[in-house]
Amino acid sequence: MLQIRVMDELLRLLKENALESPRNLAKMLNQSEDAVKARIADYERTGVIRGYQAVVNEDKLDIDRVSAVIEVKITPEREGGYDELANRIGRFPEVDSIYLMSGGFDLLIFVKGRNLKEVAFFVSDKLATIEGVVSTVTHFMLKTYKDSGVLMEAEKERERLGVTP
Amino acid sequence: MKSPIARHLIGVPRSGIRDFFEIVSARKGVISLGIGEPDFVTPWHISEAALFALERGATAYTSNLGILELREEVARYMERFYKVSYDPKTEILITVGVSEALDLAIRALIQPGDEVLYHEPCYVSYAPVVTFAHGKAVAVSTRREDDFRLTRAALEAKVSPRTKVLLLNFPTNPTGAVLPRKDCEEIAAFAIEHDLVVLTDEIYAELTYAGGHVSIASLPGMKERTIFLNGFSKTWAMTGWRIGFACAPPELTEAMMKIHQYTIMCAPTLGQKAAIEALRHGEADAEHMRKDYEKRRNYICASLEEMGIPCHLPKGAFYAFPYIGHFGLSSKDFALNLLDQENVACVPGTAFGSSGEGFIRCAYAANMPNIKEAMSRMARFVGKLRK
Repeated sequence: MLQIRVMDELLRLLKENALESPRNLAKMLNQSEDAVKARIADYERTGVIRGYQAVVNEDKLDIDRVSAVIEVKITPEREGGYDELANRIGRFPEVDSIYLMSGGFDLLIFVKGRNLKEVAFFVSDKLATIEGVVSTVTHFMLKTYKDSGVLMEAEKERERLGVTP
Repeated sequence: MKSPIARHLIGVPRSGIRDFFEIVSARKGVISLGIGEPDFVTPWHISEAALFALERGATAYTSNLGILELREEVARYMERFYKVSYDPKTEILITVGVSEALDLAIRALIQPGDEVLYHEPCYVSYAPVVTFAHGKAVAVSTRREDDFRLTRAALEAKVSPRTKVLLLNFPTNPTGAVLPRKDCEEIAAFAIEHDLVVLTDEIYAELTYAGGHVSIASLPGMKERTIFLNGFSKTWAMTGWRIGFACAPPELTEAMMKIHQYTIMCAPTLGQKAAIEALRHGEADAEHMRKDYEKRRNYICASLEEMGIPCHLPKGAFYAFPYIGHFGLSSKDFALNLLDQENVACVPGTAFGSSGEGFIRCAYAANMPNIKEAMSRMARFVGKLRK
């Protein structure tokens, strides 16, 4: 049975900056370094923490990359419901994220490819042909303004006096 | 020509902060722990509400007391957070920051020669404002050994038949000291016994890290002799908006309003609109900032301890006030050398009164990367001092 836990201050700090050292985390949380290390290890072991990634502004890079969001309608399977099909789709490396949605469609899929053709190929040849996929609507992304809580445009240095009472 | 400047003003020194500010501004690449304001920007929903008000043409004067809607929100907030009831029609005045409210209160109360008791080290404005009103500011020193708490015994030593006002600021800038309920009750009893008006600046109340905040205004028999001051600058990172407020019984509010009416007219309208939004929907903002400050405070205090610099754990506000007297330098020289050698700005304790000698103020209203860098530079500086 999965243990439900609260989002604690340690997780909050790691979500802000996963590179923060255990020593600094310990100082901020007024705990021992060993205690912090043990908790992180526990979060990793139990799957509360699923990985660590950098938030990259790809618009700043000279790479061939297109991103798309696909709305997918599916027929749930007799055994396994939506999960089985979603996991099957999720195994494709092109798929970045995948969510089950309420509303007019079932799955929302974020995919990445090198170019438009590659994404089109993924949709028409791989995704649409999976048994149970009823229809797809593909939207291509034009520009990223904010990702994972981070604004892509670095904010200007704010005006602030050097010393104030 | 003989100096035309009013005599009572000549003896008032410029703020020590001001002197230090000029030295700091002349340098480049300074990491400043000298800033007494939040490093957060005003939460977006508050700024956005002001933009909306601007679009709708909120550009005219408001009532002298402030927009009634805002006063009603303040009344609800006072009830909710401080457990004191004020009538928004007659007991609440919206001001240009707590600074104006402080000046109004002192001018409304003080006649030449009246004495005002205040605790030191403290915010830079208290004594000068009393002097401007031809009053006599009487400092009561608080000590590191007591975590800078204010005791009745210390007050009894300084009270006189001319004492009219007791000025309090808890949590305290620059020491981070708080007033736990027991102390608060003792001081209230003292004020009642000597028939004093209590002027309480509780601008940092929402930044109390443990134990909860008790306002002296909420204690039995105190509301009628208390002027409560607060504002939006620290809790909602709104320093530049310049909005504060005073809550007091009708007679006192009316007196302050008279001065306010003839000198200021009304607090800035847009700022008042922003303040309404802060009180209506800003509870989570304060919580979020408090949690962040707490981590920064822990980090700074742990780092100072590692350096062998004793620092009591501040229980409120966003200042650490470590003792550096054992390095054989005055506060000012310590701060100047630290700035000179490591480009880190901290304010000498003496800027907050003579009892601040031996201390420096490190504000942790700076972002975490800057705090980390400042601490590692300070550790290097202290290491050299020890050699």
